[in-house]
Amino acid sequence: MPTDTLTQPPTAVAPTTQGLHERALRNLGRTGRWRPAEFVFWALAAATFFFLPDQHLLLGEIAILGLFALSLDLILGYAGIVSLGHGVFFGVGAYVAGLISIHMTGEPITGLLLGGVAAAILGLATAPLLLLRASDLTRLMVTLGIAMLFYEAANKAAWLTGGADGLQGIWIDPIFGRFDFDLMGTTSYAYALVVTFLLFLVARRIVTSPFGLSLAAIRDNPMRANTIGIPVGKRLVAIYTISALYAGIAGALLAQTTMFVSLDVLAFHRSADVLLVLVLGGVGYLYGGLIGAIVFKLLQDTLSTLTPQYWMFWLGLILVVIVLIGRERITGAPATLWNRVRGMGK
Amino acid sequence: MLTILIDGIAYGMLLFVLASGLAVTLGLMNFINLAHGAFAMAGGYVTALLMNRWGVPFLATLPFAFLVPALAGAFAERTLYARLYRRSHLDQVLFSIGLVFMAVTATDYLFGSQQQLVQLPGWLQGRFDLFGIPVGRYRAFLIVVCSVLVIGLQLILNRTRFGSQLRAAVDDQRVARGLGIGVAGIFATTFAVGSGLAGLGGALGIEILGMEPTFPLKFMVYFLIVVTIGGTTGLIGPFIAALIIGVGDVAGKYYVPEVGAFLIYLLMIVILILRPQGLIARAR
Amino acid sequence: MSVALETINLEKRFGGLVATNKVSFRLAQGGRHALIGPNGAGKTTFINLLTGVLPSNGGQVLLNGEDVTRLSQQQRARRGLGRTFQINQLFAAMTPVESIGLAVSERMGGGADFWRGLGTRTDIIDEVLELLERFRLTDVMDHPTARLPYGKQRLLEIAVALAGNPRVLLLDEPAAGVPEAERQELLDTLAALPKDVSILLIEHDMDLVFTFADRITVLVNGTHFAEGTPAEVMADPRVREVYLGEEEHA
Repeated sequence: MPTDTLTQPPTAVAPTTQGLHERALRNLGRTGRWRPAEFVFWALAAATFFFLPDQHLLLGEIAILGLFALSLDLILGYAGIVSLGHGVFFGVGAYVAGLISIHMTGEPITGLLLGGVAAAILGLATAPLLLLRASDLTRLMVTLGIAMLFYEAANKAAWLTGGADGLQGIWIDPIFGRFDFDLMGTTSYAYALVVTFLLFLVARRIVTSPFGLSLAAIRDNPMRANTIGIPVGKRLVAIYTISALYAGIAGALLAQTTMFVSLDVLAFHRSADVLLVLVLGGVGYLYGGLIGAIVFKLLQDTLSTLTPQYWMFWLGLILVVIVLIGRERITGAPATLWNRVRGMGK
Repeated sequence: MLTILIDGIAYGMLLFVLASGLAVTLGLMNFINLAHGAFAMAGGYVTALLMNRWGVPFLATLPFAFLVPALAGAFAERTLYARLYRRSHLDQVLFSIGLVFMAVTATDYLFGSQQQLVQLPGWLQGRFDLFGIPVGRYRAFLIVVCSVLVIGLQLILNRTRFGSQLRAAVDDQRVARGLGIGVAGIFATTFAVGSGLAGLGGALGIEILGMEPTFPLKFMVYFLIVVTIGGTTGLIGPFIAALIIGVGDVAGKYYVPEVGAFLIYLLMIVILILRPQGLIARAR
Repeated sequence: MSVALETINLEKRFGGLVATNKVSFRLAQGGRHALIGPNGAGKTTFINLLTGVLPSNGGQVLLNGEDVTRLSQQQRARRGLGRTFQINQLFAAMTPVESIGLAVSERMGGGADFWRGLGTRTDIIDEVLELLERFRLTDVMDHPTARLPYGKQRLLEIAVALAGNPRVLLLDEPAAGVPEAERQELLDTLAALPKDVSILLIEHDMDLVFTFADRITVLVNGTHFAEGTPAEVMADPRVREVYLGEEEHA
């Protein structure tokens, strides 16, 4: 390749080359740099472990839901894929982790990883269906259809899943043979928080990599992405698989920390809820899922003490209002605020 | 065997009537309305309540089962949906899921979570013999009523001024406006009629599909399937799709009950793989 | 004369309408070739056939002698066919340095790298800076694309295409919509495009066509109507009648 044709003698750039180099590299690395607000966020998350010991059960649920929503952000926020069936990966991860503890080993990390891998395999297998026709409607129907398929399958395959009674007899050994899962949810919370944090770090790395940038390009303009030689289909399959892995691990976390799996993990409302969680926190900046999970769980906690049976009504109302006012205006607020705080670290 | 076929056809026709409004709003107007089933539920509850609380005869409730959801639909279209036609599909999904959640819990709160049962008039109960095949009277009634509706709809869409205006408005709103077509009014009317038909379908379907607060969620997928695999060009595709699903579901539940609804989802995915544009695609 | 891009009896029909009628066409290695024709002559369809956006109904497309008729857009791009668009097709949320950096890293096969950030890729930075300089985008390299002046966006449109190191570059009305004040900058950049990149220019702007092109093909009703040097084409009475005449009336 005669790239040398491009290197014609540069005109009088010598004195500033160094400066331009730095400026260009700084811009290329802009999304990857850690901002003070991010340190604060995680420091606060760690602090909750020590200062809110009686809230560990709720906090654990938040961490798991946050990870699940983060997995959806990877495809929705970073690749523009709308899914109505993301719960299927969560559910498959949960069932596989549960089954492994019953039939193979109670060792938590093994179950966690295998739960994630099972979901990732399902993601890889079903991703090509999303590429059939890049229309939102087809994608919605395919994701929804697959999720319903698995719900029905799990319902009918009672010999394996326990059907409507749920998967009984899950027992998880202490983590690393040392930390017992206690009734207060302390170990669970620590476990869920650490896993979520580690996976967040990886996700952050992924979305700020050239691969992540190419996803943003596909989301912004798939046609142009194609003409500069980005293999659009392969990239979408890749991120979909990664997202499924994440959702599967979130599901496995739920199964292990509650030591129970019911059909509910595959129900339609899982997929709808996670969409709402992400939308509450804001799409496409990775913290949206985590922040949304906090808001969602606190809302759920408050609303269901007010009207235990009917809290879904308020949830629906919130969704309707959010959309009518405009998602950007509401959920844009935390994102804008976030960026402003991040910007201050410059 | 033939009884199953007839049951399936009746079921499919019912599905079509339920989904026909969605076939227009989603198929033609490209608006993803997951709350379509809520209007069907409204119709079902109107009939159930009129019959059980006030003793109104079944047939006499049907006009109300159409009108109430139609008015609700017109109101919702003008106040809410109309603002969302141009928004992203994600917004439409979020909005209509929100409405479903609200409808489900509100119905539960007002009428309780139990199934609504209705007592059909005697002449619609039991079976009769058609050339030696036992046919449920109610199934036959459904087939007749729904056939009339299907033909009527097809005629309205293709033969009337309203139909051609609607098709023009869907094709290109700006041009339609330029031609002096009242696009907003047409969309509102269409939405109202679609909601009304869904309500009528809900009322007719109490006997077959049941009626309870979770109805909109339970059957949401069925309506969407009818429209997506039917294709988005008109009503013929969704009609065929509804028949396929009706017969497939009834036959599947009869012959391989352990598989259940599984078959329908599988069928949808397979059809979408083979014909991503739906059974009848828009001619290019 | 070696040929960079060639079509043999290329054909495209939409139903009964013949949009491209057995067009045979050659773009010479290193050539500056302009494709002109009245509105509706089928220029856009022709471009879409060359790049693989549309499948053809007959005939062949050869890129550096290789038959690429059945290859996808992205496969053709990888084989050195670059293009720009009549309406800017940019990544609105990205900066010029990111857009170009992405295109360069994709070309080098680093696009699937999901670990090392572009900010550490010192190996591509020289080329990125070189392209920014060439297209006069250095000053605005870290501004969001959506906020750039139109002329700069137009330049970025070409820069992103050139970042793929194409052997053949299709420029679809590069000067369209560029305000007068920013026009000269664009013309200068076009004139300074690397000589070994063969260029096919689709353009309405006759000034640009005659200053830029060393060869012109006229497309009328989907048919290869005339071809020659700018002087020959200008002198061809048939061309004047169907095309240039029309321009004057308009």
